[in-house]
Amino acid sequence: MASPRHGAAGMSAPVTRSELEDFLYLEAALLDNWQLDEWLALFVDGARYFIPPAGADDDADPATLLFYVADDYHRLCERVKRLKKRTAHAEFPRSRCRRMVSNVRYLAGDAARFSVTSNFVTWRSKLGVTDTFFGHHVYELTQVAGQLRILSKKTFLDQDDIREQGKVSIIP
Amino acid sequence: MTASPSALLDDDRARGVFRVARRAFTDPEILARERLAIFENCWLYLGHDSEIAKPGDYLTRKVAGRDILFARGKDGTARAFFNTCPHRGALVCREGAGNGAMFRCFYHSWAFDLEGRLVNRPGDEGYGEGTRKGGMHDLVRVPRLEQYRGLYFMHLQAAGDDLKTYLGGALEYIDLVLDQAETAMEIVGGTQAYGFDANWKLLCENSFDGYHGLPTHVSYFDYVKSKPGSLVEVAIKGRAFDLGNGHAVVQYTAPWGRPVAQSVPAWGDAAAREVAAIKARLVARFGAERAERMATTNRNLLIFPNFVINDIMAVTFRTFYPEAPDKQVVNAWALAPREESPAMRELRLFNFLEFLGPGGFATPDDCEALALCQRGYGSLGGAGWNDISKGYLSDEPQVDDEAQMRAFWREWHRRVTEQPA
Ligand code: FES
Ligand SMILES: [Fe+2]
Repeated sequence: MASPRHGAAGMSAPVTRSELEDFLYLEAALLDNWQLDEWLALFVDGARYFIPPAGADDDADPATLLFYVADDYHRLCERVKRLKKRTAHAEFPRSRCRRMVSNVRYLAGDAARFSVTSNFVTWRSKLGVTDTFFGHHVYELTQVAGQLRILSKKTFLDQDDIREQGKVSIIP
Repeated sequence: MTASPSALLDDDRARGVFRVARRAFTDPEILARERLAIFENCWLYLGHDSEIAKPGDYLTRKVAGRDILFARGKDGTARAFFNTCPHRGALVCREGAGNGAMFRCFYHSWAFDLEGRLVNRPGDEGYGEGTRKGGMHDLVRVPRLEQYRGLYFMHLQAAGDDLKTYLGGALEYIDLVLDQAETAMEIVGGTQAYGFDANWKLLCENSFDGYHGLPTHVSYFDYVKSKPGSLVEVAIKGRAFDLGNGHAVVQYTAPWGRPVAQSVPAWGDAAAREVAAIKARLVARFGAERAERMATTNRNLLIFPNFVINDIMAVTFRTFYPEAPDKQVVNAWALAPREESPAMRELRLFNFLEFLGPGGFATPDDCEALALCQRGYGSLGGAGWNDISKGYLSDEPQVDDEAQMRAFWREWHRRVTEQPA
């Protein structure tokens, strides 16, 4: 089971919950609006992006397990590039999406690198079909010039399978 | 000659015309015939040896609408049972996979060993001798389970061709994939379980459709070109083959890297050396010609009706089943040589996700195309034909021709139109 770690007792987060929430809400809004370049700019160079299979542990490794998505930074940039093209047929015309983010919790780390989790529900609607994705995200965050930035993002889907949702052609 | 409006196939060699009625994708009655004539009467891929490697390992899987329990007994033998309790019918095993000594149905707590025998039930003294005889209350075995080199197939009928006879001309191509391992092949970490709104036969076609590769996947090719050295100068060129019994394959050269055994510059020197060593061992084991074929040609192989082996930038197994004329569920697995180094394994999985699966740079576009085809069939109210004539008049059908699909469709047609016995 994917069970997010809990913040160690008494450990003080380098940022406040509302700063974290602002950041994650901004991320969701950029994705909802298909502002993918701006979304990508939230990641540091070298960042990674993952969607492990259902039931994966938080520390699941794409070198030994078949994920849905395991992007290095280059592939993440190319994912964004692709999603902006007409030839990303799965997302042309684009899905309309709405993301709900909640239960934001600081987990562990220090100002240079700390982990944060949130729950999410994402709806995607296209050609008369609406799909729901839900689960939790685990981020490794850092701060660059006083701004929060993403070192890695793992999206754990809670669906046993994605029979209904089919493709993960959006960023849930 | 023109096909009658009720015909499902228009196969006219003289005119070089091969068409499939769109009704084949939309008519619930056809699906009912497929269930009977095809899914109840063909060998269906169930799973791989490595997925239940140790005694006590088990997994549950849906095959042709049946919940199946696939388990390895203490004696090391793999067995397939219908996952339904002989008492009242509840699902006996509710987990996706695991290891244990027995299965206990939670409803009234009947327990079965790994061989399927009823070994315990509360209040057994309340039952008469008659209910203990002849294994009346053992788990019911799937009528036939056979394997070829670790690939387990099941059959819902007790009689008929054995697995090897059924696989026939496909065996050669299965061997080309499995021989890549020096030890054995194994399934790597789980199932991609997805689905989409299109008839299952559209995925049969798509899985070895060389014609759509460039237009549908232009964004994938854009991506691989974005990283210098991700491709080598090799054209996509090759042939389509009808392997009999509805099985068919396309075999071709292609520019992407393959863990066995075509390195690309972007993988770096260490990987290049490793791939060269793999290739050298292939040559030692099989001779230059066969090694070359294994290493540098790709294969998209369809085992009739619904088992696809794609031996491309990674090796995939894929099955899919209709839930409705316009809805299917897909299972996809990654296959790899067990002895593969961690570095090569990582590359293989990275390669897999580049193209394949619901989050890849190509598969989602396939799903979209197929769903749009399905949607298009609604526009003609069941009339109209799909054209599958490409390369019909050629003696050497190419990878981007459609001979492989015609092989599938002829077998499909034979089965669904045959009078039931
Ligand atoms: S239904 Fe399984 S024990 Fe009764
Ligand atoms: Fe494709």
